[in-house]
Amino acid sequence: MSGDESSGGLPETAAEHTGPTEEAATERMVAGRARKGMFGVTGSGDTSGYGGLRVPAYVPPEAERPYGGWFDEVADELFEGMKRRGIPDSAVLRITVDRGEITFYVDREHLVEICRTFRDEPALRFELCSSLSGVDYGPDVPQRLHSVCHLTSLTYRRRIRVEVAVDVADPHVPSVVDVYPTADFQEREAWDMYGIVYDDHPALTRILMPDDWDGHPQRKDYPLGGIPVEYKGAEVPPPDQRRSYT
Amino acid sequence: MSIDAETPTGSRPGGDGSGGDRSGGDPFAASARETTEGRVYTVTGGDWEDFLDDTQQEERVVINLGPQHPSTHGVLRLVLELEGETVTKARSVIGYLHTGIEKNTEYRTWTQGVTFVTRMDYLAPLHNETAYSLGVEKLLRVSAPERAETIRVLLMELNRISSHLVFLATGAMELGSTTGMTFGFRDREEVLHLLEFLTGLRMNHAFIRPGGVAQDIPENSREKVLEFCKVMESRLPDYDKLFSGQPIWKQRLKGVGYLPLDACLALGTTGPILRSAGLAWDLRKVEPYCGYEQFDFEVPTSTDADCYSRFLLRVEEIRQSLRIVRQCMDKLEPGPVMVDDPKIAWPAQLSIGPDGMGNSLDHVRKIMGQSMESLIHHFKLVTEGFDVPPGQAYTPVEAPRGELGYHHVSDGGTRPMRVHVRDPSFVNLQAFPAMAEGGLVADVIAVVASIDPVMGGVDR
Repeated sequence: MSGDESSGGLPETAAEHTGPTEEAATERMVAGRARKGMFGVTGSGDTSGYGGLRVPAYVPPEAERPYGGWFDEVADELFEGMKRRGIPDSAVLRITVDRGEITFYVDREHLVEICRTFRDEPALRFELCSSLSGVDYGPDVPQRLHSVCHLTSLTYRRRIRVEVAVDVADPHVPSVVDVYPTADFQEREAWDMYGIVYDDHPALTRILMPDDWDGHPQRKDYPLGGIPVEYKGAEVPPPDQRRSYT
Repeated sequence: MSIDAETPTGSRPGGDGSGGDRSGGDPFAASARETTEGRVYTVTGGDWEDFLDDTQQEERVVINLGPQHPSTHGVLRLVLELEGETVTKARSVIGYLHTGIEKNTEYRTWTQGVTFVTRMDYLAPLHNETAYSLGVEKLLRVSAPERAETIRVLLMELNRISSHLVFLATGAMELGSTTGMTFGFRDREEVLHLLEFLTGLRMNHAFIRPGGVAQDIPENSREKVLEFCKVMESRLPDYDKLFSGQPIWKQRLKGVGYLPLDACLALGTTGPILRSAGLAWDLRKVEPYCGYEQFDFEVPTSTDADCYSRFLLRVEEIRQSLRIVRQCMDKLEPGPVMVDDPKIAWPAQLSIGPDGMGNSLDHVRKIMGQSMESLIHHFKLVTEGFDVPPGQAYTPVEAPRGELGYHHVSDGGTRPMRVHVRDPSFVNLQAFPAMAEGGLVADVIAVVASIDPVMGGVDR
């Protein structure tokens, strides 16, 4: 009851403040596909009764304070450090805590400086960029391309995730090679596979595919080939057109 | 006779006047063609002095080492810029073994993914399987039973031994010691025999699955494993005898491929290379998984940060792995090896049938004859798979080459949305220019050997 009272006593500005940003963030931070029906059946009459089933796309829920464990400390220190460097708090769009891992969704304008804050602040010290990977959530998702950084602090033995989401039409993300030289190959891989353009990368070239390859193969809408079989001209359909249950 | 005597003098550089006149028609001269980058020579053997004459004393040479060169550790291509025999610039070119495994897993069930990832870093298949399975388990919010975890530790440590033995074997061969090669591969064969006995396959096991392991290990495993430990322990001193004090080995490796700690961290290098720079960063100790905190072992380190110390560390790690293997055998208690959830546990009730390995007859009899529901359930679980709640997880384990991390993204379906592998070989390979530049060409080979990249993991 007391909790209700105190939250009810909060000035309305807080509600005004969270309202629009949360809506905007929800629109941006979709991390999955919406589904309808069952068994992936389309284009036939619904005889199962499950055709009307609608499952909305997954949106990672915003974490509420306290986050638990050392997450609060890291978040506090991050905002302190950002203040010292003149980065607005709004550069961190959303913080989620899921399965014992904390994720910072950040604005791409401030990604490099936020990474520098994570690396250099004495209370944060995320010295190692363990992994950098691209993720594509599929054609129907707004801001479908994500660039995900996993940072490790060897001093404090902590791991966090820093995520940036961009649109396919404007797939620019600033390169963090300046802060973490190890991101070099990994950003090249994300460019190669997802077409995320890392601005200011020293040499953003293809790394796994041949230099003259067209397209970015790990995008969800990259056309896949079927397999011809020697039976009356039949063809095993491409994997994304086969029947699937999801 | 007179012709024979004339030919060598004619082709020698800086010889008499007749030799100089005939240089235009020298059949051994390097062919040259003009490009936008300058003149490019195709050198097909010959003498360095001849070459310098041809290139007007231009000593800067760019050569391609690989991708089909035996000492580049697989299909790794190295582009080296040389001045004389000194490497002034070095770059690695990769992608020759790219097979699109990450993309493939997006069109298979979560369990089938194991079969793909075990083929990435083919010298550490069990580490790949474990890291993948731990990631899926994290997304599912389940954990494997204790016996399964101990079996995983046992298999991973055996795998670490075999991987380090291949490092010794290929590293020795690249540096010219074929005896080291035969030693390494002979002993690795012992490990592979044991792994075949335990899991059914020498490589590409697909034995560790989300939720546990595919089946229990055979009954007389203890004897076999302890016998193997004895054999390995008797053979390990051979490596010290052959290499540790050997002058040639030391001269080739000591002070070569230096990479200090700050460079390791900046370049993301982990594993034995990081530990050779003095930081005891071993995920088995600092972020224990699979119950590693219950085992007693040391993390060897060195402060030399050179190829020789990396060699010594790997030999020592084999010793420590043998310690863990012995402790595993004492720790193994009877119990289930798969999570007790019929919605996740893969219904593998395997046995050796007349046609090799198949589902046990008892199990087939039960699902076919007694319970239609069991049959449906079995069929659905195998063909459709299980749903994994949406979300993402990053799971690192300590592979023989360093931090092997899996970034799983699920959108709630029976197939992964994304499986990203942070392969240690891929990341460590970035340290190659920093280690090789300024050294000799011969050091390049030693450096690549000490990074020990597995191209299956690099290119995925």
